Amino acid sequence: MENKTIRIGSGAGYGGDRIEPALDLLSQANLDYIIFECLAERTIALANQEKKINPNKGYNPLSLYRFEMILDQYKQKPFNTKIITNMGAANPIALAQEVKQMIHDRGLNLKVAAIIGDDIFDLLDLNLNTIETKEPLSLYKNQLISANAYIGINGVVEALKQGADIIIGGRLADPSLALAPLVYEFGWKMDDYDYLARGTCAGHLLECAAQVCGGYFYDGVYKEVPNLENLGFPYADISSTGDIIISKLESSGGIVNEMTVKEQLLYEIMDPSNYFTPDVIMDISKAYIKEIGHNRVQVSNVYGKAQNEYYKVSCGITDGYMVESEISYGGHHCTVRAQKAIDILSYRLCDLDSPIQYDLIGLNSLYKTPIERTNLKEVRVRVACKTNSNDEAQRIANEVEALYTNGPAGGGGVRKHIQPIVSILSVLVNRDILKEEVIIL
Amino acid sequence: MKLYELAHSRTGDKGNISIISVIPFNKNDYSKLKTQLTPECIKEHMSFCVKGDVIRYECDNLPALNFVLYDALGGGVTQSLNLDRHGKSLSFYLLELEID
Repeated sequence: MENKTIRIGSGAGYGGDRIEPALDLLSQANLDYIIFECLAERTIALANQEKKINPNKGYNPLSLYRFEMILDQYKQKPFNTKIITNMGAANPIALAQEVKQMIHDRGLNLKVAAIIGDDIFDLLDLNLNTIETKEPLSLYKNQLISANAYIGINGVVEALKQGADIIIGGRLADPSLALAPLVYEFGWKMDDYDYLARGTCAGHLLECAAQVCGGYFYDGVYKEVPNLENLGFPYADISSTGDIIISKLESSGGIVNEMTVKEQLLYEIMDPSNYFTPDVIMDISKAYIKEIGHNRVQVSNVYGKAQNEYYKVSCGITDGYMVESEISYGGHHCTVRAQKAIDILSYRLCDLDSPIQYDLIGLNSLYKTPIERTNLKEVRVRVACKTNSNDEAQRIANEVEALYTNGPAGGGGVRKHIQPIVSILSVLVNRDILKEEVIIL
Repeated sequence: MKLYELAHSRTGDKGNISIISVIPFNKNDYSKLKTQLTPECIKEHMSFCVKGDVIRYECDNLPALNFVLYDALGGGVTQSLNLDRHGKSLSFYLLELEID
């Protein structure tokens, strides 16, 4: 066991990610496990909405396609890699059943597990104050659509013990997808905090897939990424003491170096000494990053502390409508005409209570620097508003469209986009109200 | 000189909070960045978006600085009227900072 390492690949960094790099890893990287991290805060609330309309849905929309590709490849050339994912979203059982059917259709024999228990909508105490607004959840009672706790490794470890080949959960915390197989393989205890933190760190580095191996990195001048158009996904080799080496296939595009790993190590981490997960508190404030070979980077000096007694719960609420509408102006004096368009809209929409934001894309939409009338050859007016009324949203979008015939000369390319908003409020709940369950199919 | 000549950066978000790393290309420049990139300096530079506090965390071994910008995303991804609701492009504004 001393020298044993476990190799975990990353198959997806978000719900809509590419599948080809995952297939390359499965066929070429000799993985022990592959994780697919496919949930964002809001995604699970939207999935719950979908499940309310159709009780057989509510899982990641790309998951059927992904599993078909994976199982086809497995049938051609079997691999010895277990799959762990939160693609089940609001309905892990339904997705597990679909996958089981696919396995059956291909004449294969693989064990599928669904992890449930993160959905605590029916158990929710509405007197709890939300983290965001510090007000009780009961204020939002009529808007509430979902409540899912970020759960850790317990269910996945249990499923592995029961021999599952494919494990499908819902709101499994992102890094727990990678920590679970390490706890299972190495027999780490739940008070081996340093080990748990190192496994969590491996998961954290893998969970955004390409972002640690050259994705989101090329800056146009100082940071080169070879073969970015064929960017691959990363894998990690983790030892029984939690030593981590991040790497990628030589055949894929991208790069793993100290810079890519440092950027991803700090990504979305607030206090590097205190990163909370359901399993452990991770401390990367003293971490060392060292390039030990071509596209091979070692991460060490990660430590852990006991986690607290709470689970964080993401509650989805319906929250009105977001309207965004745009029109472009080009050629001489385009910024003058764009500003005139904004003046017209401000005048026509002045009776609305909801604040409206006006941007000039190309000038001040990303950074609200004061408008300078530079020598731009084109500029795009953007109007955005959050409103409780769909009619009001329509009216705003229509006023932008009306600039075609009622506004300055040469306006073109109007787009209108209106979307119902699902917002997230978080609460902390005691761990004992939640019961994870493993269902083997 | 511009900060982007000495360091690279990535932005993440948590609700209405923007988290921006600053990582020197060369370890020897870390102490200079530590001296000049105070939370006050970052708050002023990013004042077009930050309404709350700016907290700086130091990771001396990496080495890198991690800035947490509170109330910086116009309400966060579900509320914000901004084109870039996650504030993902903020790192490249931070790197525009002039340093000595």
